Amino acid sequence: MMSAKMTLGQTAEIPGPKKANLFPKPSVAGAMIKRAKRALLVIGSNGGKMKTKDGDLVDSAIRMAENGNISVVATGHMLGEFMSRKAENVYSMQLMNLGDRLRDPNWKGLDGGGHYDLVVFTGFPYYLEWLVLSGLKNFAPGLRTVSLEKSYQPNASWSLGMMPEGKWEEALDEILSILEEEKS
Amino acid sequence: MPKRDLKLKIDEVSSPLGIFKGLEIQVGRIYDDDWEEPMGPSPFPGVGAFRSWDRKLLERYKPFYMPFCDLCCLCTYGKCDLTGDKKGACGITMAGQQSRMVLIAACIGASTHAAHARHMLEHLLEEYGRDAPLDVALNTNVEAPHIRLVCGLRPKTLKDLEEVLDYVESQLVELIAVAHTGQEGDPIDFESKVFHAGMLDHVSLEVADIEQIATLGLPKGDPDTPLADIGFSSIDTSKPVILCIGHNVLPSIDIIDYLMDHDLFGDVEIGGICCTAHDMTRYNKRAKIIGPMSWQLRFIRSGIPDLIVIDAQCLRTDILAEAQKIGAPVIATTMKSCQGLPDMTDEDPAKIVATLVEEGAPGALILNPRKVGEVAVKTAMGIKPKRVVTTKLDRPKVTEMAKRCRTCSECDRACPNNLSIMDSVEAAADGVFEPLEDLYMYCVGCARCESACPEDFPIISFINVGAEETILNEKFSIRVGRGAIQDVEIRAVGRAIVFGEIPGILALVGCANYPAGTNDVARITEEFIKRRFITVASGCSAMNIAMTKDEDGINLYEKYPGTFDAGSLVNVGSCVSNCHITGAAIKIANIFAKRPLRGNYEEIADYIYNRVGAVGLAWGAMSQKAAAIAAGCWRLGIPVVVGPHGAKYRRMLLGRKENEEDWKVHDARTGEKVYIGPVPEHLFYAAETVEEAMVMIAKLVMRPNDTTKGRAVKLSHYIDLHKRHYGSMPDDLHLFVRTEQDIPFTMKTEIIKYLEEREWEADKIAMPDPTMLDRMIKRRV
Repeated sequence: MMSAKMTLGQTAEIPGPKKANLFPKPSVAGAMIKRAKRALLVIGSNGGKMKTKDGDLVDSAIRMAENGNISVVATGHMLGEFMSRKAENVYSMQLMNLGDRLRDPNWKGLDGGGHYDLVVFTGFPYYLEWLVLSGLKNFAPGLRTVSLEKSYQPNASWSLGMMPEGKWEEALDEILSILEEEKS
Repeated sequence: MPKRDLKLKIDEVSSPLGIFKGLEIQVGRIYDDDWEEPMGPSPFPGVGAFRSWDRKLLERYKPFYMPFCDLCCLCTYGKCDLTGDKKGACGITMAGQQSRMVLIAACIGASTHAAHARHMLEHLLEEYGRDAPLDVALNTNVEAPHIRLVCGLRPKTLKDLEEVLDYVESQLVELIAVAHTGQEGDPIDFESKVFHAGMLDHVSLEVADIEQIATLGLPKGDPDTPLADIGFSSIDTSKPVILCIGHNVLPSIDIIDYLMDHDLFGDVEIGGICCTAHDMTRYNKRAKIIGPMSWQLRFIRSGIPDLIVIDAQCLRTDILAEAQKIGAPVIATTMKSCQGLPDMTDEDPAKIVATLVEEGAPGALILNPRKVGEVAVKTAMGIKPKRVVTTKLDRPKVTEMAKRCRTCSECDRACPNNLSIMDSVEAAADGVFEPLEDLYMYCVGCARCESACPEDFPIISFINVGAEETILNEKFSIRVGRGAIQDVEIRAVGRAIVFGEIPGILALVGCANYPAGTNDVARITEEFIKRRFITVASGCSAMNIAMTKDEDGINLYEKYPGTFDAGSLVNVGSCVSNCHITGAAIKIANIFAKRPLRGNYEEIADYIYNRVGAVGLAWGAMSQKAAAIAAGCWRLGIPVVVGPHGAKYRRMLLGRKENEEDWKVHDARTGEKVYIGPVPEHLFYAAETVEEAMVMIAKLVMRPNDTTKGRAVKLSHYIDLHKRHYGSMPDDLHLFVRTEQDIPFTMKTEIIKYLEEREWEADKIAMPDPTMLDRMIKRRV
């Protein structure tokens, strides 16, 4: 199957009145995620097609699940990809189910340990992430959302900007490295 | 049949009570006396008639809104920013606004089908008379399940459909009025009205299809309809080619009739795109289907059509400009899509032909289908020898043009599927065409890339050039749309469906806005055929199913039977034939379970929801019509899964499986409220991937009424698909196993171990005689 090109966003990146703040540099994203009390990393169905310094985004997510002080959840049928790589500590929930629960302040999270205060999205078809983030922007007022895609996602609370392939790989690696550091 | 507005006027009458002068008696409606079935509680239901039923569903399946736009710009107070907890100048909230937009979309869709039905009815009444019988399906008494259910009518002749449409139209006016600034404000009440629009939509679909079946001689539920040709290369380009696009088959019928009457069928090709094409082949299998709606631009750009006839719905609105590029005139045939063309309806056909052929006029509006027939054939035959297509590209030309690519990526950014268009164009600049060829299968034909390109590259034409060989081989067979499901077929499978032994009915419907290519629909279909589901298809989905061959070179229509039975593939026909799919569910309740149909919507919906394991899949849903069709399923309790682009309908209806209180029903035997598990888990759901969709379909066919044998069959498919695609057992299995007898025998050890780990309790999930309706409780203990 032909793989979709993912270096750029879509026309739909035109924001509403409330738009995502742009991370000035990757380290700020890393620091913000690291400061969160309960953060969740959501990996979408393009994860296996997005090259990273670890191999692909699934490999990077496995790295986070093992060392990253952050819970990892795979959407779509991506759990199968994680399982085939013998990954552990990775949750699975379909994107619509997850979005629906993230807007519920009484949800106890994937591990039953309570709601998340920050949710990080990456590896999605552009328009699909755009829509789910719109749902959360409007109906989950207490939730901070972060997009680590290669292109700006206006409905997140914070987003990376448009960046070329290689630069994005470096940025992601920098962010993940920060998350691997011991919390002070 | 009912008579409406019966008036009795008597100048003078003498009675024991006295003498009455100028006595006038008016009766609104008299019901059919020779129909034994008594009238149910809700004939011709108003907008609020099923508010209570809708709210029961919406309490379980709460809307999850994903605003497509944060603003409202519908009145002059606006634009209003509704982000978060802000309100508009009228007081509307973001949730209210989203549900309002869903209602507007559903009303557009339902109105489109209703207007289609009305347009056809007026024409058919004129052609065939008011007393033309509605003989629409073989071996069938329940000829119009939706009309019987909603209106409480049993239509016998064409004229009986007028009252049905009068009702639908009056309700749609009320619904669209609801969306005016400063009326409804509550999102759940908006949603209830969306359901109402959906119910009306299915009534309209039924009117539209049964009237054309009854009068035009379309197949009457025959499972063995003939195979017709489909695909680009099914067209013989040595002949004049007439391309018909849209959903209203009337003008195409008259073109076919003209060809037949003048013995010209062998001399002229007629092919269609979108649902008109389905209905053309239902009328005469010698007509060709070129492809689904996404084939419009690519076929026109090929330069093959000599004449384009458009009717209504899902047309590209730039069709006239595109036709002019290849020198093909356009004949518009309905007032719904005039394209700015001069009205030549009253002109002499010879004059119209001369205007189009000799004078080179871009097109004409002709509202008389019979005249369209003659003009279309003569114009195509006249144009063919004269027409020179100067815009057609070849590989050297594309390479030369592609060298001008600015590599700005605007084409990629404009593509709904983020396809690698720029890289493919760059490759073509180097004389490498495989990447462009690859795009052919994935392109949805929207041409947003062309609009975005600063060099104005005709990228769809580039793709055509790259895919020359694919196009040359694009010829398949499709079983002609059969229309209704026969009553005898319902009798044969009703029990197995209701008890779950046939695992489910999967309806593959809707448009061609696929996220990752045209093959996915066929892949999903075959997966469930092999699992002994009843699979039913319509519209563009039914076409794309035909366009995938296996390694032996045959497709699913050639491989599987067309009966409404386990392991089959039924093509019902065009969009309007979708009524037969929901109609089959209704008929299961009526024919198998003997539930009264007449004006008895809630009871039948309650039955379907709790007992009939049907799921709709609209993998490429695009239009407002698709939204209305889905809404009609929701009110009947039939879940609908859409592809990822379907999330753009801006709200899902999602259940929360972990909330036990949400999943209780009455046991009709005792009146007790019992926990039945999350079945079906969702009512409207967008899947991110094909694999996710398949697992979800297998889960959504479970119903509280499943027997243990039926539940075991359904669970075996759910578990098997989950293991295959997720690499593990489902983590919610304990919510669907009611008792040990539900456990599929071959997986028993593994499942029991799994259940023990989750402290599963046998019989915690009840197996009641399920109902959501208080009035259906037979006895209270």
